[in-house]
Amino acid sequence: MPPVIEVRKLHKRYEDKVAVDDVSLTVQEGEIFGILGPNGAGKTTTVECIEGLRTPDRGEIRVLGLDPLKDRAELTRRLGVQLQAGHLPERLQVAEALELYSSFYPQPADWRALLDGLGLADKAKTRYAKLSGGQKQRLSIALALVGNPRVAILDELTTGLDPQARRDTWDLIEGVRSRGVTIVLVTHFMEEAERLCDRLALIDAGRVVMVDTPTGLTERAHIEQRIQFRPSRQMDDRLLTSLPDVSSVTRQGELVIVNGNSDALNAVTTVLARNQIVAERLRVEQASLEDAFVQLTGKRLEPGPR
Amino acid sequence: MSALRTAAPPVTAERGSATWRLIKTESTLCVRDKVGPLWGIGFPLVLLIILGSVPDLREPVEAGGGLTYFDLYVPVLILFNLAILATASLPTTLAGYRENGVLRRMRTTPVGPARVLAAQLVANFAIAVVAMVLFLAVARFGFGVDLPEHLLGFALAWLLAAAALLAIGLLITALAPGRGPATAIGTVLFFPMMFFAGLWVPISQMPPLLANIAHYTPLGAGMGAFQDAYLGHFPSAVPLLTLAGYAVVCAFVAVRWFRWE
Repeated sequence: MPPVIEVRKLHKRYEDKVAVDDVSLTVQEGEIFGILGPNGAGKTTTVECIEGLRTPDRGEIRVLGLDPLKDRAELTRRLGVQLQAGHLPERLQVAEALELYSSFYPQPADWRALLDGLGLADKAKTRYAKLSGGQKQRLSIALALVGNPRVAILDELTTGLDPQARRDTWDLIEGVRSRGVTIVLVTHFMEEAERLCDRLALIDAGRVVMVDTPTGLTERAHIEQRIQFRPSRQMDDRLLTSLPDVSSVTRQGELVIVNGNSDALNAVTTVLARNQIVAERLRVEQASLEDAFVQLTGKRLEPGPR
Repeated sequence: MSALRTAAPPVTAERGSATWRLIKTESTLCVRDKVGPLWGIGFPLVLLIILGSVPDLREPVEAGGGLTYFDLYVPVLILFNLAILATASLPTTLAGYRENGVLRRMRTTPVGPARVLAAQLVANFAIAVVAMVLFLAVARFGFGVDLPEHLLGFALAWLLAAAALLAIGLLITALAPGRGPATAIGTVLFFPMMFFAGLWVPISQMPPLLANIAHYTPLGAGMGAFQDAYLGHFPSAVPLLTLAGYAVVCAFVAVRWFRWE
């Protein structure tokens, strides 16, 4: 099956700043593909080229076999877009906006169902200017889906949403995917990428650092795990530092904190058991995608919602 | 979500329904915006009624071909309506759409931003038609002012004036960097344009230099053509060509330099 989206050697510069240096990626039918990276990494420019809103300086783009610039008319019918700052006239009401946008497409979705699905039913008669940030966001998601698109590109899907609304939106997106819609998600929320994406492209400074599954990315970053416990009796740290799988042992009050590779937990528990030490309040922290990101790019993402 | 999965089978939209719905939506928004209805219709209508109640204005204007001051105010206020739509309503709304990304969002739909522009023009045109008919009717039935004797000539002059003014509105939108500047440019243009339409002094009583200038301004030309029609002639070529010139040149420049983002 040919890929739904194919980007090859995309390059785009604005005056003196290179926004996208060399981006190649393919998105397969039915997957949720994440584009992850810090602000200014070139994520939005990349998707705007895919949407046909910007003209690339170099490179080739195909979406559903169409050229985003030459086949605009056809592409807009099949591609749903949520812009990072997608606005509507201030005095337009929510239901009016959905009804209007649904009239643009040959086979629109039922906009009333979308309104309910996104929890906007009681805001149907509210003007756009009077909506909260989260409600505006949900409306822009609804507008991206109202045309029953084969592919949807969602830029900063849940920015500005509270945690509950964010989870509801994730459910909604999974529902959309289960109907066979391919989704490209631009995000800087690790939790979102981990939860939703089948594959991720890590973009930094206009280049794709790597493309992998969220788990694959974490593993590739070779991040150590962190084991923390309270020993049931006095113990010598050297018991643990001598283990080849352990890289460091530190104390924090009565807690022992051990860093090591993925086999460290086994080794530590074996040694403790042999010495009849019980590891109380044992906690193991797995490397998160966020750690992997920092490891792979040497940069932090935007502070998350936590 | 279950609501989505059980969504009703998609219905094929009727042809042209998108354009029609856009026009309806933009018209609704124009009415909600209040600039057009309030300043474009309400204010000149009140002015018309007040001026119609002043007996002194029923005196014939010198060199006015038998028309009274009040007779001349009817077409002046019709132009007032067009000027408000062109300098306040249209450019402010469209520049706002550009600033807020409304036009950009439209670029990602099959309809495209040009049709939003067209729908705005249609909506403003509709308000202008309503105003023109209303003012003529109020003047006729409320104050006994005869309709223009040459109705066809009047209609043609009005259409050209509407085209010229809406083109000026588009030009302001195209050249203004944002909503604020668009409003400012519109306001600055409004007063001299209305002066040359004869809002304060009838053109026939202006000093020769000003009167000559007036004939080549959009509203002064409109006024000249209207006056011909009121007196029973088909409007002469100079004002009609002046209006057509404004319409063509401003529309051309606006289209050439229009920015969607």
